[in-house]
Amino acid sequence: MSNWKPTASIETMKARAKILARVREFFSERNILEVETPLLSRHSVTDRYMKSFEVKDFMRGEGFLQTSPEYAMKRLLAAGSGSIFQICKAFRQDEVGARHNPEFTMLEWYVEGFDHYQLMEQVFQLLNTLSHKPLKLSRLSYQDVFEQYLKINPFKVTVPQLAELSGDLLGDLPEDLESDDYLALLFEDQIEPKLGQANEVCFIYGYPASQAALAKLDPESPQTACRFEVYWRGVELANGFSELTCVAEQRRRFEMDNAWRKENGLPQMSIDEHFLTALEVGLPECAGVALGLDRLIMILLELSDLTEVAAFPADRA
Amino acid sequence: MGTITTNDLRNGTKLILDGEPCTVVDNQFVRPGKGQAFSKTKVLYLLTGRTVEKTFKSGESIETADVIDTDMDYIYNDGEFWYFMDPNTFEQVQADANAVGDAKNYLIEQDKCQVTLWNGSPIGVTPPNFVILEVTDTDPGLRGDTSGGGSKPATMHTGAVVKVPLFVNIGDKLKVDTRNGEYVSRA
Repeated sequence: MSNWKPTASIETMKARAKILARVREFFSERNILEVETPLLSRHSVTDRYMKSFEVKDFMRGEGFLQTSPEYAMKRLLAAGSGSIFQICKAFRQDEVGARHNPEFTMLEWYVEGFDHYQLMEQVFQLLNTLSHKPLKLSRLSYQDVFEQYLKINPFKVTVPQLAELSGDLLGDLPEDLESDDYLALLFEDQIEPKLGQANEVCFIYGYPASQAALAKLDPESPQTACRFEVYWRGVELANGFSELTCVAEQRRRFEMDNAWRKENGLPQMSIDEHFLTALEVGLPECAGVALGLDRLIMILLELSDLTEVAAFPADRA
Repeated sequence: MGTITTNDLRNGTKLILDGEPCTVVDNQFVRPGKGQAFSKTKVLYLLTGRTVEKTFKSGESIETADVIDTDMDYIYNDGEFWYFMDPNTFEQVQADANAVGDAKNYLIEQDKCQVTLWNGSPIGVTPPNFVILEVTDTDPGLRGDTSGGGSKPATMHTGAVVKVPLFVNIGDKLKVDTRNGEYVSRA
């Protein structure tokens, strides 16, 4: 068996360690505190399409490997931690591909008093610090890129129009897709590969409210969420929000997810009441972002497959 | 046949789509945005030879096709069908012109071919990578020209038309690459 060997070269492992050290330095210079939160917890997320790994016999009950450290980190923020960052593993079932591994390294951070525009600026500073070459920042709205690359307004286009356009561009698709599915597939296939070429990092903001996840809605245009994504060399690197701080709205989104899960024959997820209590006590106004470190390291080292930056991908783990 | 889910898709997996056997030639897991995950595939329809981009929802179940590639000896052609025999079981199958396709130009009796069977019936034939064919018609050879500069068409005893160097004559035996139909050398 030659599978005992790492898929990343020893040179890459050394470069990876250096990048991690520089990331820690970046946050230390900004007085953002490094924290660690549990990988294994009682609750997971209600996200409709996220499949968590379940762990039996955790504290005399069921537990889950985290899909992201978001809830625990927000509990720290509510407890008065101030701005924090974490480098940790996250786990997602069934995600395997050139840019997916079921276990991956996430860099997540929250800055108190920032909105998502200020955080975009800081994400850019981090990437610029890590890059050998000076980078350029470009910022485009979700609506802009759809208009530019596909000549449609994603907020006005109808499902039949999307179905027709997607059929022309993407071939055979499953039936019964929703508007957001078509938009996501078109974005992935037709727009994403063109974003953030060479030394330009592209920030997309102004996502539809239906794709808000844990972001606030924009008070000035409530059809959009205060959410951004970061693309570099055609790869999605990070996802950030002006964080939702309203406990009632958060509970409503959890319950809607669970209702949807029930309708679609998926298990309903128990709601993390620790997290909701923390929101009730008060999450300070903040912006947060989760960045896929393996993907970032892959791009910084000009490699093309995640297995080249991981010691042991899932099939050798 | 059974069913699999998108998690089992690999290049070469055989599926039934629209009632037709297909083989997966490309498969990519994507999870765009925060929404649901998909498997973006390219599939080759084995009967018609067309390639189609097809996206499945992640986790969706798909019917698999009983398609196998098997090594068989080509035995003869009766004008309508080409007959192949399994060298272990001596079982024979007959393939029609559709199944044999362009391979008919390279079939030589007793040669081992790869026959693709769907539910036991041939739907495709792959000849050996190299075959020896005899020239039955071409312009007269230019004596002494072995430089390989220039070429001319030559008809082989199987019907294949191959571009050959100018020195080749009727009756010569040539080695031909069946994957691109090109002349390799004199045999």
